[in-house]
Amino acid sequence: MYGLLWRLLPGPWPVKVLLSLVLVAGVVAVCFLWLFPAISQYMPFNGNSVQTGLPLLPDSTSATTAI
Amino acid sequence: MRWVRSGVRTLGEVFITLGLLLFLFIAWQLWWTDVTANREQAVTIHALERGFGPAGRPAEALATLTKVPFGEAFAIMRIPRFGADYARPVLEGTDHDTLTQGIGHYPGTQFPGQVGNFAVAGHRTTYGKPFSDVELLQKGDVIVVETRASYLVYAVDRHVIVTPDQVQVISPVPQQPGARPSQAWLTMTACHPRYSASQRYVVFAKLVKTISRARGLPASYMAVPAGTAG
Repeated sequence: MYGLLWRLLPGPWPVKVLLSLVLVAGVVAVCFLWLFPAISQYMPFNGNSVQTGLPLLPDSTSATTAI
Repeated sequence: MRWVRSGVRTLGEVFITLGLLLFLFIAWQLWWTDVTANREQAVTIHALERGFGPAGRPAEALATLTKVPFGEAFAIMRIPRFGADYARPVLEGTDHDTLTQGIGHYPGTQFPGQVGNFAVAGHRTTYGKPFSDVELLQKGDVIVVETRASYLVYAVDRHVIVTPDQVQVISPVPQQPGARPSQAWLTMTACHPRYSASQRYVVFAKLVKTISRARGLPASYMAVPAGTAG
């Protein structure tokens, strides 16, 4: 996989290294800006509120909300 | 044989890549969310302060809050125990998105200063972690909630650690569902233990003073209590 990628990158090796770094930076940016924020709400450790299994009851004072 | 070998190598590379992505996710969750959330929440605080106007200005007709659109910031919470410059926005709602932007107000519970329970939730870790030091709060510690009309000064009464289904902590009289409230309470919920969501650390505070914006908040309320680290 990475061997194939290395062969596909054009130019002498310093150019390949530079292009690789750009690709890595791009992957990190996509993860930080879109992928991770999208999946974080499904993580089990992000709860801070109290809730019941009931749906949101906006006018009830004793209940609650979904996380 | 050659295909088997290259297949195994590719599989290994995929696993290593997934492992690195997991580390990257941890770095994002534990570090980067704080960086971005602190910046965004500081911007929200600045906008609220500008919207409220300078202290000492004659109070407007908006004496009491009755309804705030979901997701909108409407108050600033200041807690001297957490530092002299600690200020976090309070927004309407406690869903995932709202809690990444500050402290969330449980819809349907009372607004600041009202008789009943002004109940809020906040992150203990990640997303700017507004309630990171919640376990440091002691009986009598001051919590100031600043709105357009007034400063509501609460004093910490007690804390409990409960499971996340214990919704009676946000009832009008905390932990006494159905009881008729005669006092104005503030309830703060945060996850517990730190980095887990199996329980909730809950702090109850009572309203001790309401000060109009026109009068301004005496500096003594914002004095950092003795024995505070950092």
